[in-house]
Amino acid sequence: MTSAWTWYVVSLAVLNLLGCVWLLRANTRRKPTDPKPDETGHVWDGDLTEYNKPLPRWWINLFYITIFFAVGYLVWYGVGSLKGYGHWSSKSEWALETAAEDARLDDTLKLYAGKPIDVLAKDPAAVSIGRAIFINRCAACHGSTGKGAIGFPDLTDDIWHWGGTPNRILDTIQNGRQAVMPAWAPTLVAQGGPTAVDDTIAYVLSLSKPKQPLDAAAERGEKLFATICVACHGPQGKGNQVVGAPDLTDSYWLYGNSLASLHKTLNEGRQGVMPAWKPVLGDTRTRLLGAYVWTLSPHKEPPPAGAVIAE
Amino acid sequence: MSHTHAKIEKNIGLMAILVAVAVSFGGLAEIVPLMFQAETIKPLPGIKPYPALELAGRDVYIREGCYNCHSQMVRTLRFETERYGHYSLAGESVYDHPFQWGSKRTGPDLARVGLRGYSDDWHRAHLNNPRDVVPESNMPAYPWLAKAKLDGAEVAQHMRALKRIGDPYTDADIAAAPAAVDGKTELDAVIAYLQALGTHVSQADMKVAEGAE
Repeated sequence: MTSAWTWYVVSLAVLNLLGCVWLLRANTRRKPTDPKPDETGHVWDGDLTEYNKPLPRWWINLFYITIFFAVGYLVWYGVGSLKGYGHWSSKSEWALETAAEDARLDDTLKLYAGKPIDVLAKDPAAVSIGRAIFINRCAACHGSTGKGAIGFPDLTDDIWHWGGTPNRILDTIQNGRQAVMPAWAPTLVAQGGPTAVDDTIAYVLSLSKPKQPLDAAAERGEKLFATICVACHGPQGKGNQVVGAPDLTDSYWLYGNSLASLHKTLNEGRQGVMPAWKPVLGDTRTRLLGAYVWTLSPHKEPPPAGAVIAE
Repeated sequence: MSHTHAKIEKNIGLMAILVAVAVSFGGLAEIVPLMFQAETIKPLPGIKPYPALELAGRDVYIREGCYNCHSQMVRTLRFETERYGHYSLAGESVYDHPFQWGSKRTGPDLARVGLRGYSDDWHRAHLNNPRDVVPESNMPAYPWLAKAKLDGAEVAQHMRALKRIGDPYTDADIAAAPAAVDGKTELDAVIAYLQALGTHVSQADMKVAEGAE
């Protein structure tokens, strides 16, 4: 603030305070022109008369105290660009508090620095910190229980699109993932005719029901799958965790298994995004987060045979 | 016997004027200087008038009353900067007419929601029905946004109005506005607006600006 504006504010404040003082004094004194109280002959309660109207002393004194307080406040906190004697600013208070809290946080976090997430997962204190971070940062997409939503993976099962080893999970959290399912419909139609999208969907749906024989549409779809989809989802549709291609033979469907959803996937593609959290949270906190995520999953079944397991 | 205040008490017009004068002291001291202060009227580096689509999204944001539950101001409190990012600076809101700082939060602060990493798909699902992604959410659903197409002429008109009060839109910006929002829905606009919130000023520029304030 320039000094001209500072003095503008100071003079307004001083004027206001002086105005208050004047108002108080003017109303607590009798004016010489006022008739004497006993002249009117009106007397109540023994001592109340016309023009005898002093404000209560305690009230007036309180008013004077607030005026003194206002002066002290301005001197302590400053006006405009004039710094107060207290040297207080919301910015410096924030900086002090942040420095103190960050130091405390560092003390807490250094116990866990650099440890693998499956090791941290055995420490209840680490898991509870990880859970707090999860609720604040991850729950919006993956749900407060980690069960996910349509388009956002369930973390409580044993299915990992990008790999379920401790290092892979940590990599996913720290550096993020960008899934790319292209819009294959035009290519499919060019190769397999107008029914190609339906055929492919029929085959993909049959993958999770291996006992049932393929119908004609699924058989046509199988050929299309073998020329296009196989590149990422593998010859048996088991997926590829290196590129985040889901296993199509299990019962889990990231975007649902309705025909409408599968059509949308083939017509428009899917671009699932996992943000990179290391730049936001730093290394140790992403590890604690990973520890909590590790505890959500059962880790029972071995990876399906035929799938490309990333490490 | 003369009482000057008798004149005031018997003349309601004069009293109204004097009441206004008395009441204006606070505003004169607290508001008027801000209108001329560099840090409140100069945009920070990176802060530009909203592009057409984001401006349309901002209008939807205001129309739907998002500010009733979401503030857009990170206060200088450590627990806020830890959760939401750097505290808000005056120079970030120069082109907000009116600003959306708010004074009450039912939902989280959105001043830097664009840095939170939500994907467009997430916003789409969340605005359509928040419970689809956050089961315990009490935010209302806004399913009509996806069905309402934007009106390019209206957006251009709004930009012209903002230009008149001093936002540096060029005629080319305004002429390009209808094409920029052509075929887009209100949902697209709100998402564009939300995804850009807080992303314009770099952390380095923040540090410089915070020293100046």
